[in-house]
Amino acid sequence: MSAEIHYISEPHPVSGVTNSKLGVWLFLASEVMLFGGLFSAYILLRTGVTDWPRGHEVLNVPLATLNTVILITSSVTMVMSWASLELKKFSKFRLYMTITILLAIAFLVVKGFEYAHKFDHHHFPSTSNFYAIYFVITGLHGLHVIGGIIVNAYLLLPGSKMWKTNPEQFTGRVEAAGLYWHFVDLVWIFLFPALYLL
Amino acid sequence: MSGHSEVEVKKQVTLYLRVFFALMALTVVTVAISYVHMPILLGVAVALFIACIKASLVAAFFMHLSTEKKIIIFILILTVFFFAFLLATPSLHHT
Amino acid sequence: MTNHDHSHVAQTHDSGHGHKMPFWKKYIFSVDHKTIGVQYAVTSLIFLFFGFGLVSLMRWQLAYPGQPLPLIGGWFSDTAMIGGIMLPEFYNQLGAMHGTIMIFLGVVPLSVGAFGNYVLPLQIGAPDMAFPKLNMMSYWLYFIGGILMLASFFVPGGAAQSGWTSYPPLSVIASGGQTWWLIGMVFLINSSLLGSVNFITTVVQLRTKGMSFFRLPFFVWAQFVTSFLLLLAFPPLMAAGVLQLSDRLLGSSFFMPSGLVVNGAVSAVAGGGNAVLWQHLFWFLAHPEVYVLILPAMGIVSEVMACNTRKPLYGYKALVYSSIFLGFMSFIVWAHHMYLTGMGTTMSTFFQITTMIISIPSVVILTTLILSLWGASIRFTVPMMFALAFLPMFGIGGLTGLPLGLNAADIHLHDTYYVIGHFHYVVAPGTIFALFAGIYHWFPKVTGRKMNEALGKIHFYFSLIFMNGVFLPMLIMGLAGVSRRLYDPTQYAHALPTQPLNVFISISAWCLGLAQIPFIINFFGSIFKGKKVDDNPWQATTLEWSTPTPPPHGNFLKEPVVYRGPYEYSTPGQKHDFWPQSMKENN
Repeated sequence: MSAEIHYISEPHPVSGVTNSKLGVWLFLASEVMLFGGLFSAYILLRTGVTDWPRGHEVLNVPLATLNTVILITSSVTMVMSWASLELKKFSKFRLYMTITILLAIAFLVVKGFEYAHKFDHHHFPSTSNFYAIYFVITGLHGLHVIGGIIVNAYLLLPGSKMWKTNPEQFTGRVEAAGLYWHFVDLVWIFLFPALYLL
Repeated sequence: MSGHSEVEVKKQVTLYLRVFFALMALTVVTVAISYVHMPILLGVAVALFIACIKASLVAAFFMHLSTEKKIIIFILILTVFFFAFLLATPSLHHT
Repeated sequence: MTNHDHSHVAQTHDSGHGHKMPFWKKYIFSVDHKTIGVQYAVTSLIFLFFGFGLVSLMRWQLAYPGQPLPLIGGWFSDTAMIGGIMLPEFYNQLGAMHGTIMIFLGVVPLSVGAFGNYVLPLQIGAPDMAFPKLNMMSYWLYFIGGILMLASFFVPGGAAQSGWTSYPPLSVIASGGQTWWLIGMVFLINSSLLGSVNFITTVVQLRTKGMSFFRLPFFVWAQFVTSFLLLLAFPPLMAAGVLQLSDRLLGSSFFMPSGLVVNGAVSAVAGGGNAVLWQHLFWFLAHPEVYVLILPAMGIVSEVMACNTRKPLYGYKALVYSSIFLGFMSFIVWAHHMYLTGMGTTMSTFFQITTMIISIPSVVILTTLILSLWGASIRFTVPMMFALAFLPMFGIGGLTGLPLGLNAADIHLHDTYYVIGHFHYVVAPGTIFALFAGIYHWFPKVTGRKMNEALGKIHFYFSLIFMNGVFLPMLIMGLAGVSRRLYDPTQYAHALPTQPLNVFISISAWCLGLAQIPFIINFFGSIFKGKKVDDNPWQATTLEWSTPTPPPHGNFLKEPVVYRGPYEYSTPGQKHDFWPQSMKENN
């Protein structure tokens, strides 16, 4: 018999999903609990003290709003790159994927400016727990953005060879990467009000 | 989602653009509201409410949860249940 | 994988043999679940013995405090022992690393990484795990995490010394080894994350034709539930670990309260943190982790018992539902480890109730296993003896836990040797006996040879005696109020009357170590010299026994089809007393 692993590119008849889609969702479930732990820490620390600063008084709301716009836009371009593959338009996929990656880099650049500005004013994680939680959560989120850039760049460049040999599986991979990328966006949607606006 | 007809995918693309504009609008709303002075608890409630709507839009349409298979929904319900415990219980510690 | 790769793989499997691969690809960076399972098994067994070695050193200090360690005392550097006399800092390192290594590098990798990896795909009739490359990565992350933990003994200040629980603020101000511990944990957490994603996907997607969920062997169910615990409970510890790393490296004060006095001076950190936050996040992992330790063990015991009682398990569905309920409840009992942190009565009542509720499925599981013995013609093989011993040992472990789950009793017993005795009964003569049962049971599948019965029985009886010699006195000491964290128990008047018990425990522990020698000889000897056996030496029904030994790359010569439940032993009207799951017609 062939020892091929089934349901890599075609969905399982009962569960209705491919291995990679189930795997990515399980991974995201785990990520929910990771950020859940951090949000839990944030709530416990904040409710435990009386002098917690208001985010919009100490952080740069316009820059963060810009970043929100950037990340939401990148989510749209990501889903469009997947839709382009569904429509068998590979060149459009490349275009949208490139924009997604560029937007992700732009997000990090803006974040870098924000961090640099804080360091200039001697605001570090050691300054107060507000800054500590700000740096740790946005830092970890930033690492996720970097991870997304790496995955997307792989799918754009060396990984895209698969489009010729197994388009179904490649589309599945882009969808999986997309799920991850939307999750990164989703975390930011909560981070933004929690850290900057409240 | 693979194997969708061209018409369906094109319909979805229009949907994605609508969701995009909704997300942008909600971002503007949440920033604007943060400048309105109100009691902290109300502020938190409003901001989280808007964030939840935005997150639901992303999850339902970009991540296709609105049409996703049962097994995925099941895993997520389980996760959200434990997530709620993780979030709520430690913060009850002070009382 | 590209199409090209696929056809290539398929071609090699058609021949029924693995093609010639270079050594490093076949045995070291292998993506075959069986090789990875064996890698996990060997690595985790080494860690288990190393972790045992650490505690045997501690036992010298506890039995004969302040006396130089004979024979090997001179081998240690001056930062560990001076003239063979153990320093308190080193004692703390041994304690912290014993717990960490036994749990995260020994028992869990052996029960999930080794048995899960090797047996689970075979039992569900899958050619491999759903993500073989992730599987390999999972092992190597575990390996790196283990190396980091070991290396931490050699950094200035030595390894982590704040207990396996790493409670702040002590862990935040502890020496450099704690940072290594945290980074090591990050690797281990990611390893188990990849593993659990892989296990769940494999069970959901790759069950062979006819293998419905209620035809899964209970072992698979146990691993399945365990994977959900690993998937959802570990990330909060990751979050906590990141916060503690930030406290240690970036000077933040997540866990550092304001006005903390360290060595007579007020700590310079900003403060405002909360040490109890760590405990919440830590125990949110660590209580489900207890069930990660015990569920696979129950799975192994069920397999061994069904096979050696020659009858179906009593109440298979009760076992399955109980394990699901157990897994579910294990997420909402964690704060029973924290009764003494000053939580409100509402909180402690809530967790007291959930704790009492979670004991019900455990009792159901134990009861069904005991009832499975009823009317059986038991084969007293070595794996069966270990499985049988598991029942009362886990029973003691579970029942001694009840007083700890009740707030009022816990106030007295918290942090005493009673706690140590309780959870070791669950994990050592409980889980580790089950793991031994599993090793003796599946060894013939991996190697094609049986382990020696006589040596196995020596190993069993002496282990059983000395395990109890170690842990039973601890319960007594705990009731006498002796704290679990004493470097020198003779300095406390209330601990003096029980000091002879400490000597007794230590001697038992060292003898327990000696009792493992027959096992080591048996294990390595049997690989080369053991009695050769056929593909199904135990006349078992589950799928792993209906494939050649050792299973070929791709596991099955022909994709198996399953016709019935996992435990069709002594079915009326059948010629043989076992009816394999994949056998189409009557026996």
